[in-house]
Amino acid sequence: MTASLPRRRALPRAGEAFDTIGAWLLALLWVAPLMFAIWASLRPSGAALGFGDTGFTLDNYRNAWNAAPWLTYFANTLMLVSFTLVGQFVLCTLAGYAFARFAFPGRDVLFVVILMQLFILPEVLIVENYAMIARLSLFDSIAGMGLPYIASAFGIFLLRQAFKSVPVELEEAARIDGCGWLGVLWRVYVPAARPVYLAYALVSVATHWNNFLWPLIVTNSPDRRPLTVGLSLFGAPESGVDIAIVSAATVMVIAPLLIAFLIFQRQFIQGFLRAGIK
Amino acid sequence: MEQLATYHRRRQALYGWLLVSPALILLTLFALSPTVATFWASLHSRGTIRRPSAFSGWDNYADLIADPSFATVVGNNLLYAGVTIPASIVIALAMALWANAKIPLRGVVRGAFFTPTMLPMIAAANIWLFFYTPGLGVIDAVTGLFGLPPVNWLGQPQTALWAVIVVTVWKEAGFFMIFYLAALQTIPPDLREAAAVEGAGRITYTRRVLLPLLMPTTAFIFINALINSVKLIDHLFILTKGGPNNASKLVLYWVWEMAFAYFDAPRAAAMTVLVLLVLGLIAVFQFRVLDRRIHYR
Repeated sequence: MTASLPRRRALPRAGEAFDTIGAWLLALLWVAPLMFAIWASLRPSGAALGFGDTGFTLDNYRNAWNAAPWLTYFANTLMLVSFTLVGQFVLCTLAGYAFARFAFPGRDVLFVVILMQLFILPEVLIVENYAMIARLSLFDSIAGMGLPYIASAFGIFLLRQAFKSVPVELEEAARIDGCGWLGVLWRVYVPAARPVYLAYALVSVATHWNNFLWPLIVTNSPDRRPLTVGLSLFGAPESGVDIAIVSAATVMVIAPLLIAFLIFQRQFIQGFLRAGIK
Repeated sequence: MEQLATYHRRRQALYGWLLVSPALILLTLFALSPTVATFWASLHSRGTIRRPSAFSGWDNYADLIADPSFATVVGNNLLYAGVTIPASIVIALAMALWANAKIPLRGVVRGAFFTPTMLPMIAAANIWLFFYTPGLGVIDAVTGLFGLPPVNWLGQPQTALWAVIVVTVWKEAGFFMIFYLAALQTIPPDLREAAAVEGAGRITYTRRVLLPLLMPTTAFIFINALINSVKLIDHLFILTKGGPNNASKLVLYWVWEMAFAYFDAPRAAAMTVLVLLVLGLIAVFQFRVLDRRIHYR
């Protein structure tokens, strides 16, 4: 009995050491590729992959910046992300409100149809969606890139849940104060769901900042391309661009979102959590 | 009184439909009608200038299944799903357990795990290209230290798909960690103490207490990973373009190529319908089987 006491105390400590070392090693392994890209982007051209003593330079960034219309790409991505987010906010708020607080015939069937969109992804329907965009003359436009994602089943679902948890007494109080149904939505429901909006916004911005396949399909001019499409053309092996310059371009493209993430890490992770857990 | 109730009900119905109509219109344009149109297109032959498109029944499906690349691509995608799903779930669980343990620099560790999630798949692919480039890449530099010959990871059929799989797992695991982390934080700490009093060690506690409690989360992650195994193909555009010789081609990439590089829309439509069927089955499984167990809260 007496012999087992020190052992019991030593074991958790061994466990803690194992946790610490394991977690650190895995974390290191997980950021190593990114760290390496940053390292390579700062090395002189030709020495990118070596570890020899050749010093550091910003030339790759200068060359990468001058080789493609990055400013236009950035602007397009910004426009795409904001267009999509604003559209999603408006449509999902209205639909979420209807599903949460209005009794109308066909509501439950409609809700299931909308939820099906969680599985019928816009990515899978690229061929016919492309035909639809062409029919609407929205080819090679910001609207064309964003429109298929705006009636987001995910957003409707999240906001419906959020609105449902608002106490009905709040709505009644606002009605007594003379609010109509839109006033109630604006004064009561939207403010109450503010954290949900924030969480959804973070997820949406990150998703559409990074989206590639659909923008690739519906854009064909450099004036409209978002960052991801621009980067893919820039980095394509056929383009014959030096690997150090490609890494500089890659770092440049991911920097804004990455810096935002480092600053707002807690909010980002909370946002993804809130969005993922029903 | 009766009239007022009817009036009220009608107004509710009208407002309800008005509120959902913008979303409904867009859903019709970009989800419902394309689904129907895809099915319709899959039943028609490919139109040429001389021969317009005509009804051809199940011909596109027969051609698709007879095409040897069909079996390759579907097989690749099954392997892709079969490896990336369990691998990213297991790694995500390990990450979450560690990111929830009392360790120094916990915030940094969490951030490190989550960082790849924030990157575009295209950027992730560029980064990994440095690792895989034959002769120059980091992997070869390391194996070279041990005297091993350089390997063209992306250029040979035996390794190309695996190289793609590694990138996917790297990108996904940190994302799934978040959901485990959230679930772990809802588990009361008393449970661990109770288990310790009963003499249960770490491993017993994890296996007998934690894992069963995390089952709903695992199911949720599983569905997401399953959908991702269809959806995540962006890195193929950079890393392999499906090659060499279809060795790393996945279904959605095949669809894109068929429609936008070979302009064979009907055959792409036939494949899309099959994908939609699979996704529909996943949806039914989720709503019928999983939701019954998850929705008790």
